[in-house]
Order: sequence, then C-alpha cells, then structure tokens
Amino acid sequence: MTTTASNAGLALLPDLGEDIEEADVIQIYVGVGELIALEQAIIEIETEKATIDLPSSVAGNVTEIHVRAGDTIRPGDPVLSVDVDAGSGSNSASNSAAVAPATPTPNRAAPPQLTPAAEADSGQMMPLSPDPPLPSAEEDHPAPILHVPAAAPSPLLESDLESRPVFASPSVRRFAREIGVEIRSVRGSGPGGRIDQGDIKRHSRETPIQAPSLGHTALLPGPLPDFSEFGAVERVPMSRLRRTIKRNMAVSWHEVPHVTLFHTADVTELEQVRRDYRGRAEQAGGRLTITAILLKITAAALKAHPHVNSSLDAENNELVLKRYVNLGVAVDTPRGLVVPVIRDVDEKNIIQISVELTDISERARSGDLGLQDFRGSSFTVTNLGGMGTGHFTPIIHHPNTAILGLGRAERRPIWSDALDNWEPRSILPLSFTFDHRVMDGADGARFMTWIADVIRQPLVLALGS
Amino acid sequence: MVSGGDKFRLVVLGAGPGGYPAAFHAAERGLEVTLVDTRAQPGGVCLYEGCIPSKAFLHVAKLIREARHASDWGVTFGDPTIDVDALRDWKDGVVRKMTNGLGLLRRQHSVQYQQGYGRIRDAGQLNIESNAEVLPIDFDALIVATGSTPSVPRSLQLESDRVMDSTDALELKDIPRSLLVVGGGYIGLELGTVYAELGTEVTVVEALPEILSGVERDLVRILERSLRSRLKATHVNTSVSSLEEVEGGIAAVIVDQDGAERTEVYERVLVATGRRPNSAGLGLERTQAQIDDRGFIVTDQQRRTAEPSIFAIGDVAGEPMLAHKATAEASVAVEAIVGEPSAFRPLAVPAVIFTDPEIAWCGLTQSDASALDIEATTVSFPWAALGRATASGRNDGLTRLVIEEGSDRVLGMQVVGPGAGELIGEGVLAVELGARASDLAESIHAHPTLNESIMEAAQVFFGHSPHYLTRRR
Repeated sequence: MTTTASNAGLALLPDLGEDIEEADVIQIYVGVGELIALEQAIIEIETEKATIDLPSSVAGNVTEIHVRAGDTIRPGDPVLSVDVDAGSGSNSASNSAAVAPATPTPNRAAPPQLTPAAEADSGQMMPLSPDPPLPSAEEDHPAPILHVPAAAPSPLLESDLESRPVFASPSVRRFAREIGVEIRSVRGSGPGGRIDQGDIKRHSRETPIQAPSLGHTALLPGPLPDFSEFGAVERVPMSRLRRTIKRNMAVSWHEVPHVTLFHTADVTELEQVRRDYRGRAEQAGGRLTITAILLKITAAALKAHPHVNSSLDAENNELVLKRYVNLGVAVDTPRGLVVPVIRDVDEKNIIQISVELTDISERARSGDLGLQDFRGSSFTVTNLGGMGTGHFTPIIHHPNTAILGLGRAERRPIWSDALDNWEPRSILPLSFTFDHRVMDGADGARFMTWIADVIRQPLVLALGS
Repeated sequence: MVSGGDKFRLVVLGAGPGGYPAAFHAAERGLEVTLVDTRAQPGGVCLYEGCIPSKAFLHVAKLIREARHASDWGVTFGDPTIDVDALRDWKDGVVRKMTNGLGLLRRQHSVQYQQGYGRIRDAGQLNIESNAEVLPIDFDALIVATGSTPSVPRSLQLESDRVMDSTDALELKDIPRSLLVVGGGYIGLELGTVYAELGTEVTVVEALPEILSGVERDLVRILERSLRSRLKATHVNTSVSSLEEVEGGIAAVIVDQDGAERTEVYERVLVATGRRPNSAGLGLERTQAQIDDRGFIVTDQQRRTAEPSIFAIGDVAGEPMLAHKATAEASVAVEAIVGEPSAFRPLAVPAVIFTDPEIAWCGLTQSDASALDIEATTVSFPWAALGRATASGRNDGLTRLVIEEGSDRVLGMQVVGPGAGELIGEGVLAVELGARASDLAESIHAHPTLNESIMEAAQVFFGHSPHYLTRRR
C-alpha cells in the first residue's frame, strides 16, 4: 500500500440509497498516476436499478485502484486511493473529505449521474422500476436503511397479530390504505423500526402487486346488485375447470407485469411448405397445421433465447432457465380452456410434432387427458386464428414467463422490391406477452423478429440448426 | 314523502357525539344530510345528561374539596352554602350554551334536522315518528348513532322518584342526606363523589371484587385512598337484591359476599350498573344488519353493517362506549360512504375516569402487551417526586409508560392524579405517532408542570430521571 495517513485519501463506494446493497464494476475510467478532481467520474457501476458513473469523493493523484471490472462491491468498499497533496485544492479540506465515507450527494435532487439506460449499448438497461404514481411531495430520505429483524415466530392467533399495534403514525397508516398497501407487511426503516411514508412507497415499488388489502376492499364495489330488479336472470354454477381458470388467470394477472408485443410474420412460404408436406403428416396420423410448424420454430427460438424459456424465482432473485422445451398448447374445449403439454419439442421433427398435437388436441376435447399431460410446460402457444381473431393480449400461463399468441393469417398486398410491384402475401398476426420482470421490450422484440425471420424463410431454420 | 334530489342522501339517526359530527362532516363532503333525534337540539346524552353536565358538577365538587383542603395551606373558608336551584341552573346553562351552539353549527352546515324517532323500513327508507305524525324519508346511506341507555336490573326497577339512574342524578333534584350507589364503575364513582362533596353520605356497593373492574389495580388503589375519606363506605363483593319504598326513603336489601342479607334505608338510590346499546326498536330487523348478543350492531372496520347502505357508530356499535370513540368513528363512516379507504384502527383510544384523582389511560398495558406476546417494560414516575403536584398539595399521582423492548416505542400510558385526563393526550400522540422512549425523554417539557412526569417516566426507562432514582438498566 502506498497510502499514508497524512496525505492519503480513499474513495469509497457510497451508500447508493434505495436499498441497493451491491453494485458491479463495469469499467474503470482512471489510471494510477492520474490526477483526478472532486466529483470526476472514476468508475462505471451497475446496480439493480441503473448504471451509474461514480463521482469521486476525493481529489488528487490516484495511487492505487482497489477494484477491477467485473468485481462486485458493496457500499463502504474502497474504490481507489489518492495522494491528496497532489491535488490543487486545500490539503486539509480534501484530506478530511476524502476519508469520510460520506454519501457524495446527499441532496437527492442531484444523485450520482444516472446513465439513462437507453444509452447503454444493448438497450437492455432500462431502469427497472419507474416511480409509482404518487402525489408529488417526494419524501426520499437519505439515511441508510436499518433492517430490523422480523419478530420471532409466535403461536399467536391471526386476530392477535392483527391487534398488535402498527408502528406508524395515523397519517402514514392512512397513506398506506389509500395506495392499497397492507402496512403490516411493510418493514420500517425509521428509528426502532418505525414505518414512515417512504417505507410505504418503497414497499409499493418493490412489491408491485399487493394482496387485496383493506384499501382495495374498501374501493371495491359492494355486493352485486339484485339484477332481478332489471329483468330475469339465471345463475349458473362455475365448473371446477372454470374455477381453476378463474384462479390461475387472476394469480397471473396480479403477479406478473404483462407486456404484449404485436408483430406480423409472412407465412406465404410456410403455407407452401405446409401444403407440400401435408400428405406425409397425414400418413403418419397427424395434421400438418401452421400451429404444428410454429411449435417447432418456437422451440428453436427458445433455444436461441434461453431467458424466454424460464421461470422467475422472485423470492431468491433467480431466474430458472429450462434446458428443456416443453410447450403448453392452449386448446379450446367444450368445458373451457386447457393447456396440455408437448414435451421436448426441440428434439422432435415437425411430422412428430403434428402427430402429437393432433392426438393431444383430440384427447383434450374428449376430456381424455391425465394430470401428467398438463404438467411441466416451459412456454405456451395459443392460437385463436381459427376463430378469426387477429392480434390479442394473451395472459401468461404462470409460472412460465411468456406466451405466444397466433392470430388468423390474412392475404394482404405487400410491396415486393424484387417484383417492383404489389404481391399478395399471407400475413400472420403474432402476439407475444412476456413478464417484464424477466425481460424487457427489446428482448421481446428480438425474440419476435427471430421467429418472424424464420417463418418468412423456413430454410433459415434448417440452416441455423 | 321526502325524497332525495340529485345529491347523495344521508340520514343520521341520533345526534350525539357520534351523530352530529357525522352529519356535519358529511355535509362538508357535499352530501345532503338529515339528522334525526328525539331532542330539540343536537348533543345527545353526552351534552344533555352525560359528559358535560357531570363535568359541570365535578368542577363544583372539586372547588368545594379544595376549599376545604385550603385550611391545610393556611386559608380557611367557612362551610359552603349550596343553593341547589342555582347550581342546577348553572349546569343547565352550560348544557344550553353547548346544545344551542350545536344547533347553530347544524344550520351553518345546512344539515336538515328532524325531531322524532327514526324507524327503519328497509335498506333505503325510514319513518320519522313524532307525536302522531309519520314522515317517510329516503336515504342512500344511513348512519345509526342512537347511543345507549342506563340499564337497570329488573330487581332494582322501582317506580320511585328516589331511585335514580345517571340521567336522574344529573337533574340534581335535591341533595339527599344519604345515597346508595349501586355499581362501582366510573359513572357511579363520578356521580357518587359529586353528591359526597355536596354533603351527602354516600355508600357504594359493587358486586365484583373490585371497584372500577378492568382498570389496573395499582392505579385504582391510589384513587381508593382518596375515596376512603369522602365516601361513607365502599362494599365490594356485595349486591343489592331488592329495593322498596319506605317512609322517608328506600329500603335496600344488601347481600354481602357470604350471602348474608341486611336491609338499609337510604334517602336516594343511584343505580349505575351499566349502559346498554339502543339497538332495539329501530327496525334493523327489516334489513340485513346484525345485532350481537349484547345488543351491539355488528359492523366492519368502516362501521358498515351487513346491510351495505347502513352504518353504525358510537355506543350502539360496540365498546368502548366513549363519546370520542363515536366521533372518530363518525369520520371513518362518512369517509367510507364517500368512497375513501377509511378504517377505524386506532392504536390508542383514551379513557378517562373523572374522579378525584382522575385515572386515564391509552394504548396497551403491560398485561395487554404480554397477551399479544410483545416484550414490554413498564416504567413509572410517582408524583411525589413532581414539584408541581406537591406545590398544589396533590401529589397522589403516578405517570406510567409501557415501552416495547427492542424498538423502545411507547405502547401505552397510564396516569392517575388530578388532571390525568389532560395529560393523557400526550400519551395518545406518542402511541399513535410511534414515539420512542427517547422522543419523550428528550422533548423538553415545561417546568413546573404535571406533564413533566411523562418526560421523567421516559427518562426512568433509561435509568437517569433527575428526580427519581431507579435501578433499571
């Protein structure tokens, strides 16, 4: 170490706020021997929220760099040492400033420069969580967040727990009710674990979907009106399947931030391939449909984009990437929607897939599927084209993280540069819904483009694989 | 037939400290409000025959008591001469001033007032019955705030002027030579001490083993010391099995804990055995609203009954039967009606017993905390160490805080002493805001005041109160 007590300064990774516990070093902007100024950007770091150019808390000559690109560092870790005497500023002032592990910009109006994610090369660095839609009066608090250990488990009844006093003032409790946060699940950052308004906001940000809380309940309309007042009605009990769908859809809708991308694919060539090989599929006992071919293409797309073929373990902050491609296929039956699974689609050829799809669809309609036939899907394909639907917004089959919806292909005039004229082409509407916690718009768009390219030129698939 | 215009129409049944604030609040929110009560003006039991008139008398009682004590301090007054009519007029004047004030506020809020008895017809209509007239009125929402009534056991119901409930006692028809108070709860003790200071020989009987059942014993003991010199006798584990009008008074058959009966004659008897909710006869049975086995209307956290258009607040909606609880519920119900996510979830509802000394508390006691499996510590500051209390000749008091271990937050406060009811407000604020012991200990309290005792109790928690040596920590 070249640092000494009298003339050395140390730049530390400051508290980054927002509960950020660590950051990855992307690149180092400065070198040993370089003269740096206060607030000069010294390294680029990436946190869960954004990439940040870290400003120096010290000025002087860099004597040692304590981090390397790729390191994961935590607030308080040393970043670099400087010889403050070399700096142009007052020695004593910069010296003391240098060793203080202070937050560089306690004024949150001017935080460490946040690099807008869109500028990052891949476009994948969009800040994950926009602020919740709250009234102005932003009350951020720069104080470090104290984590209070959760209360020891006790044999208390739920009603007893309910009657335990909430550690928050009436105005904070009201705020929580108003934005629909169950305050008992909020961890307080204040002294002794007191919950303040900032804690409610943070909780709301971090857990975007609440279990229905009192606030929500209060805002829900009361019981259904007596419809018989307006005319005759009939009450039909929901089937077990309908009730399952009801629950699953609600869970997915509440749990997953859905984004749907609309895309189109030119299936003219694919239609030709389908007609050419239809006979072979029929001989094998299957029907060669656009769905069957698209299952194959989707499987290849998933192999090329493994994070789409995943589940989110939100509790452990891990993404579970599936090495297998089991495709759930949404089938409309007289009893309602079911999603049987075709396994290892990536390892099967299109003829095998069409046979299996024909079989499973028929058995689904006749109610002849076992529990095993529904388990283990890693991605879902749903086709509403048969009923004339174009684009739509499919809901993710949780715990999958994405679903592909196929619409009805239409003949449309498309300009052909080769022919220098309009040309009739079959255009298939594709609707791709993904879990925005797992991937971003650009990821989804790349996945769709990949599929559309393959559909347009089926040969690509053969060449690619 | 009165029927609603374009506006959302709210009817509030009962104009006590739950009903009138609800009506005013709703009117401020733009609702068309009709307030219904049997009395000429808003105010309810609280103003007409409860909180306010009893405090007027308690104020006089305190004056008499202090004048008597003044001889200890070197100032001797003669025995007081009490003009009962003038005293009653003064009390009535207080009540009139307050209720007329409410009547004015009611008009300023453009709240319609219907004097009469409300009887619910269905979930959207009720009749207001006054004399022979019946006025049907439609509502979009109804708040039932009909309060409670003194409940007199059947065995003690006697058609006699000399047997009083709390309402009659506040009429102050005369100052009897002797008074038997049946029931050692807060109403019996507050009114009993008023009569005692006015010169009546007061005997209190309580069927349970302690007076003020449910209040922490060590607080009550400080009050008991003071009551001993003022009441002729206090008998616990004792009941009254019957009352009979006799020459010059009421003969009461008193049964002690061994079952032995004796008959004693008192000039008057005050039956203060509790209050029951006014939920019967309102027509609630014609709606989906439910009434529990104690007569309380069952509501959710927003004070909505099982009938979505009907709310209930105050004494009729459950314990504690306290005016300020009713007022707080009024806001909750009105906000629920206008669609806000309100909820009645206080951490601290203060309770005050206006005896002398007063007893007041809020939040959790040590045993409440234990029941909830919360580790808590109780710290006390005795008023014997409090300059202001001693300088006023009244250091029979104690200020106590219940503090959660670990977080140091204030969970509850209990105070006994003259003026305890004024001090408890700080405790409520501390509990509701989630103050920690250090917040109270380090907030400067004026010297010399009684509220210093709160700061010092918090300092006791840290083991360094300047005026009280402890060995904690």
